[in-house]
Amino acid sequence: MAAVIQLQRQLLDYTTSLYNEAYLDGQFTQLQQLQDESNPDFVVEVVSLFFEDSQRLLDDLTATLNQQVVDFKRVDAHVHQLKGSSSSIGAQRVQRACIVFRNYCEQQNTEGCLKCLQQVKNEYYLVKNKLETLFKLEQQLVAAGGSIPMQ
Amino acid sequence: MGMATTKSEFHVLAVDDSIIDRKLIERLLKTASYQVTTVDSGSKALEFLGFCQDVESNSNEPSISPNNQQEVEVNLIITDYCMPEMTGYDLLKKIKESSSFRDIPVVIMSSENVPSRISRCLEEGAEEFFLKPVRLADVNKLKPHMMKTKNRDCQKAEQEEVSSQEKIVPPEVQSSEPPQPDDSNNTKRKSTEVEEEVSQDRTRRRYNGLTVI
Repeated sequence: MAAVIQLQRQLLDYTTSLYNEAYLDGQFTQLQQLQDESNPDFVVEVVSLFFEDSQRLLDDLTATLNQQVVDFKRVDAHVHQLKGSSSSIGAQRVQRACIVFRNYCEQQNTEGCLKCLQQVKNEYYLVKNKLETLFKLEQQLVAAGGSIPMQ
Repeated sequence: MGMATTKSEFHVLAVDDSIIDRKLIERLLKTASYQVTTVDSGSKALEFLGFCQDVESNSNEPSISPNNQQEVEVNLIITDYCMPEMTGYDLLKKIKESSSFRDIPVVIMSSENVPSRISRCLEEGAEEFFLKPVRLADVNKLKPHMMKTKNRDCQKAEQEEVSSQEKIVPPEVQSSEPPQPDDSNNTKRKSTEVEEEVSQDRTRRRYNGLTVI
């Protein structure tokens, strides 16, 4: 029981820090609210889709921006998608980095775009790491016999 | 067919090219107790509806339905705006230009708050424009639009029973359509031409619905 209480506190602190440091915003809370007994893995499922989709987009962006002649339309379309999906799961730092990215894309500024790509990647890997840690904590809590507190 | 309908009788067709957003909108709609079908493109939405066009995009795919009539009842379409190939706006136009499907309420979702885009969609006949990410509070606004169509269908059914020659489109529908000063004559002519078709389709569809349920 003590282990459960400790894990619960740890999970709560960790979640709070993710909001405080703006890795996540209220949209992530919305996702959690859509999770219930009939859909116990909803958040993990959506976030996993986000990971897969983002990785594909980042790989394509890296390849596209390293071409001799950059197809900015393609770049913009991908950044647009990444911006949309990050906002849908509440990964607000990724979303913000995408907004800056799109400005450089509009200016057809390859160097700026490459810098932004790096920035988006940094934010993406950060939040991915944070979310994976969060899910691990939740699993530990459930394994210890506790239940995940709902926001 | 009772007038008092429970939410679960409403079937929503959700269109989005993003798998994440499809998953999200599906969950939102199911949480609000609607039946949901999701598709990843406008052309698949049309295919699902049984929208048949003898031209272009559909020609290389096997056509599911030989008739341009609604096979599965869809009470509302909610579509993303920004999609490759057919945009949500294109889909909206196709629906509103179709005699068989124009009564289905269409709601557009977009991650970008572009006023001209919003007004263009509303002028074309969209019921609502939701900014993404869509929330439960947004989804709760859908019901009145679906009720409107259900009630209209019932009214229509009564009218048709009395006299099939009566006007199909009730006045409130006409007034809710945006004024199109440029080619209003054109539009009017088109709508009278298709009226007969509409009544036949409607009748068939209702009976289809009855047998299915």
